[in-house]
Amino acid sequence: MRLRKRQRMAVLVLALIGIGTATALTLTAFEDNLVFFHAPTDVIAKAVPAERRFRLGGLVEEGSVQRQADGVTVTFRVTDTVTSLPVRYTGVLPDLFREGQGVVAEGSLREGVFVAREVLARHDENYMPKEVADALKAAGQFKPEPPALPRERP
Amino acid sequence: MHRYANPARTLRIVAALFPWIAGATALLFPLGLYLALAGSPADYQQGETVRIMYVHVPAAWLAMFIYSVMAVSSALALVWRHPVAELSARAAAPLGAGFTAVCLATGALWGQPMWGTWWVWDARLTSVLVLFFLYLGYIALADAFDDPERGGRAAGILAIVGWVNVPIVKFSVDWWNTLHQPASVTRLDAPAIHPDMLWPLIVMAAAFTALFTLLWMIRLRAELIERRNRVVEASLAEGLA
Repeated sequence: MRLRKRQRMAVLVLALIGIGTATALTLTAFEDNLVFFHAPTDVIAKAVPAERRFRLGGLVEEGSVQRQADGVTVTFRVTDTVTSLPVRYTGVLPDLFREGQGVVAEGSLREGVFVAREVLARHDENYMPKEVADALKAAGQFKPEPPALPRERP
Repeated sequence: MHRYANPARTLRIVAALFPWIAGATALLFPLGLYLALAGSPADYQQGETVRIMYVHVPAAWLAMFIYSVMAVSSALALVWRHPVAELSARAAAPLGAGFTAVCLATGALWGQPMWGTWWVWDARLTSVLVLFFLYLGYIALADAFDDPERGGRAAGILAIVGWVNVPIVKFSVDWWNTLHQPASVTRLDAPAIHPDMLWPLIVMAAAFTALFTLLWMIRLRAELIERRNRVVEASLAEGLA
């Protein structure tokens, strides 16, 4: 009886190791498809063909947001603090869209400009009351960690 | 461990713990809801929308925790043929599915105003949806056989194999670029959430856990009684024949 239990235990442990390895290999193989967005550095390094649709993610560069004369078109730069790409978007922006915050835009490159069809705001992991944020800003201590940046890929 | 394999003993333990867990739930839930909805500040970026987090995050934690409870119970049932363990996994499954559904629904309600979309197919959201389907698959499989023990064994294998998805849910935000933000509380350095907001979250998490334990005990008791009735009926039928 003891032996049976030990056998079942061994089968279970081996099966778990097998499944774990298989899952890890699959996820590593499909890594490029599992990322939700690509960073500007990534996009430039890979020389993405024009008209290929993909998602561009990073931070909205400080001071780069400009509303165009038609009132509904916005241009800004998306940066990963190493390189940045200009983005043009016509439409309604989400509430959390602001300079210095994370953003994910879907669209394609046209003559070096990323023309977005959809813009999503990306919230960072920092939560604090408004008074605390104001007090920190007043004291010049406002340094919420920069929202997690897309990691660089070899 | 085999001491707890005795169904009669399990029923006695459940009966003894029941009033305490019920009391804790009755105490923690109103306190947590008060702190989350009224007793905590609005967020500097999200405003009042942050209050969804006090339901969403505990529901997500429990979705992963309950699946782990099911996987461990199923392993005990498969290796040691522990009769109560299989029933414990069965009792937990619909509760886990419920908490996962709450997590997905509140996440969509938060995503619409904050991100600008109800749903995206990023690694975190997709892996939680897979977790939800695993729960549904377990429930369907466990009752798919005439012999409940065969059903329990088949579903138990699914629960154990499906557990690989739990670390994927947890670490998806670190392994891949996702629209979903990384963890604020469970990380190596200090939590990225102000104490005024962390405490309501902890109370709500405790309230959710107490509620799960309470419902789990009620369901486990029902499963044990049902299994006992089945045995009694079978022996009666044999006596009459």
